[in-house]
Amino acid sequence: MSFLRTLVSPRGAVFLLLVLLLVAVMILNPNFAEPGQLMRFIQRVAPIAIVAIGQYFVIVAGEFDLSQGSLITAQVIIAGNLVGDDDAKTIPVLLLMVVFGILVGLANGVLTTLLKVPSFIVTLGMMLALLGGAMWWTGGAATGNPADSFRQIGRGGIRDVPILDFIPWSALILIGWLALAIWITKRPLGKLIIAIGDNARSVDYAGGRRSWVTTQAFVISSVSATMSAVLLVGYAGVHPSVGQGYEFIAITAVVLGGVVLGGGRGWVVAAAAGAFVLEALFMLLNILGVPSTLRDAVQGVIIIAAVAYSAVAFRARRRGRPAQSSPDQGKEPDPSPDDPARQSATPALTSEGSTQNRGEQ
Amino acid sequence: MKKLRIEAPVIVLAILILVLIVGAILTASVGRNFFSDGSIRDILTGMSVLGLVAIGQTLVIIGASLDLSVVYVVSLASLIAATTMNGKAGNIPLAVALTLVVCAGIGLLNGFIVTVLKVNGFITTLGVGLILQGILNTNFQGSAGKVPWEFQLLGATGIGPVPLSTIIMIALAAVVWFLLGRTRTGAHLFAVGGDPEIARLSGVRTRPPLIVAHTLCSIFAGLAGLLLASRLGVGTPTVGQQGGYDLLSIAAVVLGGTLLLGGRGSVWGTIGGVAILSVVDSVMSVMQVNPFLKDVVRGVVIIAAVAVYSRRAVIRRRTRFGPDGIRSGSDADARAAEPAMAAAAADLAGGIGSLEGTRPTDVTSEGESR
Repeated sequence: MSFLRTLVSPRGAVFLLLVLLLVAVMILNPNFAEPGQLMRFIQRVAPIAIVAIGQYFVIVAGEFDLSQGSLITAQVIIAGNLVGDDDAKTIPVLLLMVVFGILVGLANGVLTTLLKVPSFIVTLGMMLALLGGAMWWTGGAATGNPADSFRQIGRGGIRDVPILDFIPWSALILIGWLALAIWITKRPLGKLIIAIGDNARSVDYAGGRRSWVTTQAFVISSVSATMSAVLLVGYAGVHPSVGQGYEFIAITAVVLGGVVLGGGRGWVVAAAAGAFVLEALFMLLNILGVPSTLRDAVQGVIIIAAVAYSAVAFRARRRGRPAQSSPDQGKEPDPSPDDPARQSATPALTSEGSTQNRGEQ
Repeated sequence: MKKLRIEAPVIVLAILILVLIVGAILTASVGRNFFSDGSIRDILTGMSVLGLVAIGQTLVIIGASLDLSVVYVVSLASLIAATTMNGKAGNIPLAVALTLVVCAGIGLLNGFIVTVLKVNGFITTLGVGLILQGILNTNFQGSAGKVPWEFQLLGATGIGPVPLSTIIMIALAAVVWFLLGRTRTGAHLFAVGGDPEIARLSGVRTRPPLIVAHTLCSIFAGLAGLLLASRLGVGTPTVGQQGGYDLLSIAAVVLGGTLLLGGRGSVWGTIGGVAILSVVDSVMSVMQVNPFLKDVVRGVVIIAAVAVYSRRAVIRRRTRFGPDGIRSGSDADARAAEPAMAAAAADLAGGIGSLEGTRPTDVTSEGESR
């Protein structure tokens, strides 16, 4: 019973949706049930899922990262131009890309936390600057054919495995990345990130180093985008349109996974599952023969419907606990520091306190 | 530390003047006159389309929502207008009316999804944008329709160096300023954007203001689409996406001092933000900056300009009594009076007051540390 309840809750709904979509795909196209096909499906989802995992940490901290897509494009262009035909350059360029990713994440984080610029604007500016900078550097002609050893990461895998037939490297990387993400969420860093998204002020009062923790969330996001770029170089090649729109796909996946925009609530595994749902949805629309021009429209309807469902389910669950949802207004046991009723109780003394920067909340 | 209380539009104006001075020096260094009729017209023309979209976006952002669907609304509006007119001057009123009605319908849809289904505005408008893109791609393969000469005049004429489109944009900004500052809907929109729960407890119906804001936002995007159609002479299914009006309009609104979290902002600030972006663009055109480098400069300018006054504390509530609240005298006086006032508060609030006594110290120490 409790399992069923989890399944229809916003957190579990994404898994239910994923199973329904996959079953529908398998009924329409029995070939899909073969392990080899499933593995190729995972290979296709891996870059999106990894970006979504990175975006999860930023969103759950109550921020946005719109620079992911441009960062992927920039990294793909870097790889295309620097690796060349030389296999020996693979490792140094990989390291350079990771360093670049970390730097971008640090810049996003520092501008957001120290300059108190809303992250939406910081990452929007970063998005323009990264894409423009990468194109300027290459003169707009983003071409290049990285060495095979580099492309194998996104394209190759272990062949001739007994049952599964083919295990792509990207599937293993995705599993590793997800495991790492789960580990982070269990550690103090992950708990602090969620706490900041829920109530930044209380993290301050509790002595959490909010700026540094938020910055780390941005770094995780940028490094995830870098990882995704490495996979995409092999899978999709070097092209200025690789990575475009990934930030919105990632945000959509994360929200489909029941993560609340504004922060404080969400589960990283569900966010990754959201990416699988999106890709399964594309595949289903493909099999159903929906004209490619209409796919966007169907996707839009489903995103809104899924989020509306989770919003309704969330409210219904709250209503099921009347003892907590309707406390006696006068004797609120533990009001939040922002509670305006308390501030207005002593207007004279809080006249200074009401002057504050809302951008940092 | 005493905080500077400068209203956002003043800072926007200061940044705008700074950008103008820097621009004038830069253009003078390549031997061009920045204040010639041509370049002023260039800047003002650049302002008009983004300005229209940004005015609508201001309303939505004050209501603590977002509208990412504006680009598709712009494209759709240009197509509906151009195909309905089809080169005949007699069809202009019908085409304009039809375009605005369709846009209002899209805005209503956005508003209802946000308020009734409680879907976050970001996701709602992302989804509605995808739906519109699907409709656009299915029904239109490329540019379509033809705009008659009479309607093209709208985008081409002007009074002196000031284009007619910019005058219309400023006039509509004045209308929105009136709506926000002088009407009940405007006041309610600020209240709902600041805190929907408090607004509800204060007896404000929280849904209508947001629905109105979303509807007006789409109508303004539709007007921008009409203006683009009149300039290009045809309707184009990608004209909105090419302009990047969704994110640029949000950037302009935030540049103008409107809080992204809602509840505070002004339409004149937004116009200032649009002007800053337009001046920067125009200076880069005169300087013949590499088009890719333009994006880099734009990104840096947006972050830097917002950083200028994000450092400053934003006054969350208007002071209720007099220009500086009811407190008079220095910080030292206030500290001296603190115990007495805390005691008075405790008397007033009874049992809860004992908790309240710990509160003021938090607040003052916090106020000073910033």
